[in-house]
Amino acid sequence: MSEVNGSNGASLNGHSLLSLVPKTEVDRTAKDYKTDQEVRWCPGCGDYAVLAAVQGFMPTLGLAKENVVFVSGIGCSSRFPYYMNTYGMHSIHGRAPAIATGLASSRPDLSVWVVTGDGDALSIGGNHLIHALRRNVNLKILLFNNRIYGLTKGQYSPTSEVGKITKSTPMGSLDQPFNPISLALGAEASFVARTIDSDRKHLTSVLQAAAEHPGSALVEIYQNCNIFNDNAFEPLKDRSTKAEAIIPLEAGERIRFGADGGKGVVRDAETGELRVVEVTPENESDVLVHDPHAASPVTAWALSRIADPDTLHQTPIGVFRDVKRPVYDTLMREQLDLAVDKKGPGDLGSLLTGSDTWTVA
Amino acid sequence: MTRQVKQVKQLDRVIIRFAGDSGDGMQLTGDRFTSETASFGNDLSTLPNFPAEIRAPAGTLPGVSSFQLHFADHDILTPGDAPHVLVAMNPAALKANIPDLPKGAEIIVNTDEFGKRALSKVGYDANPLEDGSLQAYNIHPVPLTTLTLEALADSGLARRDAERAKNMFALGLLSWMYHRPTEATEGFLRQKFAKKPEIAEANVTAFKAGWNFGETTEDFAVSYEVAPARLPLGTYRNISGNLALAYGLIAAGERSGLELFLGSYPITPASDVLHELSKHKNFRVRTFQAEDEIAGIGAALGAAFGGKLGVTTTSGPGVALKSETIGLAVSLELPLLVVDIQRGGPSTGLPTKTEQADLLQAMYGRNGEAPVPIVAPATPSDCFDAAIEAARIALAYRTPVFLLSDGYLANGSEPWRIPTVESLPDLRVEFATAPNHVNEDGTESFWPYKRDPETLARPWAVPGTPGLEHRIGGIEKQDGTGNISYDPANHDFMVRTRQAKIDGIEVPDLEVDDPDGAARTLVIGWGSTYGPITAAVRRVRSAGGEVAQAHLRHLNPFPANLGEVLARYDRVLVPEMNLGQLAHLLRAKYLVDAQSFTQVRGLPFKAEQLAAAIEEVSANV
Ligand code: SF4
Repeated sequence: MSEVNGSNGASLNGHSLLSLVPKTEVDRTAKDYKTDQEVRWCPGCGDYAVLAAVQGFMPTLGLAKENVVFVSGIGCSSRFPYYMNTYGMHSIHGRAPAIATGLASSRPDLSVWVVTGDGDALSIGGNHLIHALRRNVNLKILLFNNRIYGLTKGQYSPTSEVGKITKSTPMGSLDQPFNPISLALGAEASFVARTIDSDRKHLTSVLQAAAEHPGSALVEIYQNCNIFNDNAFEPLKDRSTKAEAIIPLEAGERIRFGADGGKGVVRDAETGELRVVEVTPENESDVLVHDPHAASPVTAWALSRIADPDTLHQTPIGVFRDVKRPVYDTLMREQLDLAVDKKGPGDLGSLLTGSDTWTVA
Repeated sequence: MTRQVKQVKQLDRVIIRFAGDSGDGMQLTGDRFTSETASFGNDLSTLPNFPAEIRAPAGTLPGVSSFQLHFADHDILTPGDAPHVLVAMNPAALKANIPDLPKGAEIIVNTDEFGKRALSKVGYDANPLEDGSLQAYNIHPVPLTTLTLEALADSGLARRDAERAKNMFALGLLSWMYHRPTEATEGFLRQKFAKKPEIAEANVTAFKAGWNFGETTEDFAVSYEVAPARLPLGTYRNISGNLALAYGLIAAGERSGLELFLGSYPITPASDVLHELSKHKNFRVRTFQAEDEIAGIGAALGAAFGGKLGVTTTSGPGVALKSETIGLAVSLELPLLVVDIQRGGPSTGLPTKTEQADLLQAMYGRNGEAPVPIVAPATPSDCFDAAIEAARIALAYRTPVFLLSDGYLANGSEPWRIPTVESLPDLRVEFATAPNHVNEDGTESFWPYKRDPETLARPWAVPGTPGLEHRIGGIEKQDGTGNISYDPANHDFMVRTRQAKIDGIEVPDLEVDDPDGAARTLVIGWGSTYGPITAAVRRVRSAGGEVAQAHLRHLNPFPANLGEVLARYDRVLVPEMNLGQLAHLLRAKYLVDAQSFTQVRGLPFKAEQLAAAIEEVSANV
């Protein structure tokens, strides 16, 4: 391990990874990141808000615009690259993480973003998603979760709640949904976060953290599909329910929520599970302090299970996990460097000749 | 002590087959004999043949593994139809291979393995070595196991370990019989077992003991010499198809100045290319063992978008999984190599056996109109040049390209005249660096689908190039700008343009071998049938027959003169290891009454069988 991981420490150093991407020489604004293409999402779609947030956030990274790439799969959200004035590829259903893996692992000078949806990432492309995460390829994956298939006009998705009535499930869907955060944590993801399309400030702060993270970052964005699954996240948006529904996760802070922070998350001494309690002066110090950098994913995983999958009450929002571990692309590059160090740069002539020849004179 | 002076006979060619249990080390034995033969300077051709199971049940017919080697003092084209010599390590190996032997063939058998149980396991009621059933052959009964154990009596090795060296005893004996140089094998064994010197010594001892056994025992009264072949001047090495292919890919990377990126998923018989390329990271070759076939090609395509030479290697079932991504590459118009080492199909089929039945899959196996160029190597060493040629087309025309090798080429080997690096084609490409379009208002912009008027290739602008930011995708795009377009006329235009680009790829004219220009029958093939077809054509001609031969390296597009060539002959015969896929394409495109001659036995054609087929067709002209 030590030989591949540590030769120059680059694999573990976050800033050194983003620093491999050239800086912009001119000041960029959100406008520079917009294309001349007409945006073709349905009016009122949550995708608009995310697009605006990303376009607004990108200039703050200070990267050369030409070194930013967006790769997507298929679905409503996957049209995203067409609207970003960077390099981009709108690929095929589910395959964006695989395609982006080839790009990111051979081009350390690029900031590579994957835009995907719940069907694209978790159904047809589930295999690529989990493998990109476990490898810790330097990709920032934005998973637009609207809990429905939009582009194919309204079938249930792998994140739809059980019993969902859709065109393909007139008597209700039968399958247990995925919890994308739990799935990502189970797939060894080193950065996992959740945010909401309508909360631009929160969304931007999560994007910032993801961009700086060395390796794979999975950002689940709750996104409203107002055509086929309107108000799916309403409890998290409605002023009257919001405070009770959202559990904000902030590093170093106690995990409290509700009106005036009256509720808190504690670990049950007997079962070890997490549960929500009314905070009192007596139990206040039992309320968990959120630590996304914890080496073990256990608490992050427990937090990902705390929400009610049907009502979305008590949904944690924020960065669940943010740990440093070796980045695939860096490791791959270090092996090339090591091979060159050991054997010298490849010499085609001597490779072709080999060691066992004879001459016909 | 006087040694009997043994007779030495001269031969012009020999075909030997080593056969034993999967665990008997027959492939290694064959490889070593091949190396000795190569360094001696004979021309040669090999045919390894082994089961898909790693260790099929011992002593059974399905567990038999064999390695056939044909070597000669002249240039040869195939591993040979029928072995002159069979080395049979057990009854199963004897039984499985005897139908291929001509009368009078020599059979060296390991008599130690011919016990009752072993015999009945393969259905021998009586011992064939004793019941007279093998009278037509020249049997050499040798207690190989016993002799090996005796030779290693002082080695201190456990019986089981000592016994394992019996393949080297057999190799030593055969090396004596055919005057093979032995030093390299000794060196090879010492290196292979460098970490276990006692095993290395045991193998060398057994190898020498086998050689001495031939020298001293009376049963082997004759040894044979096959003079070196007069091959064209040059420096040679022996090379297998998969190794040549891997080297071709590295060479393409070097000659194009692009780093190679291989995305691949393990599959027989293609994995050796992944293994080989992963050894050469000092050429800055990236090898990515993906989670599945789709990710393998996806990553290669992603790397191609980033300006690398993207390659994916697989076999037929993997191509089926990659089809959608190949279609995407057609639409993106990015260079990409798709290497298909064909094996028996359909489905899992015959993983370790050869076949050519993926031609139509490569040609048509995608949704929509998605033409992909196809290049097919003809011999193991030709895999090197074919890989470079496939890369040339991919890079020059910005398109995915199929390279169709097969199991026979992959594992077979032959001498290869090593080319100089300077003689290899220059594959350098230019990335786009500046805007290529002036807008109506006088400003400049970059149009990703503005084509080169000659090649119709679009510009390759890689991320990181300032000012050329652009988006590409699988949705139909507007000509020039690349913006999404559902316009009917534009789609019609783009479909036809993508087809025209592939149809317009420059490929060399088809050469026809028709010595007197008098032949009325043309035999035409593609891929690995080159050796057997050429050998068959020689046979027909030496028997006084007249036949013309041509072999296709480019299957899409076909050479420009193909139609004219086909029209010149009264009869066109197309031998293929499928049910007539090339014949189908020729008939469809050129309205020619091409006749198929097909075989799908998982094995290459035999020259004799093909010669008969050619004669039959010619006779009816
Ligand atoms: S169908 Fe839904 S997700 Fe798709 S664009 Fe319309 S509102 Fe957005």
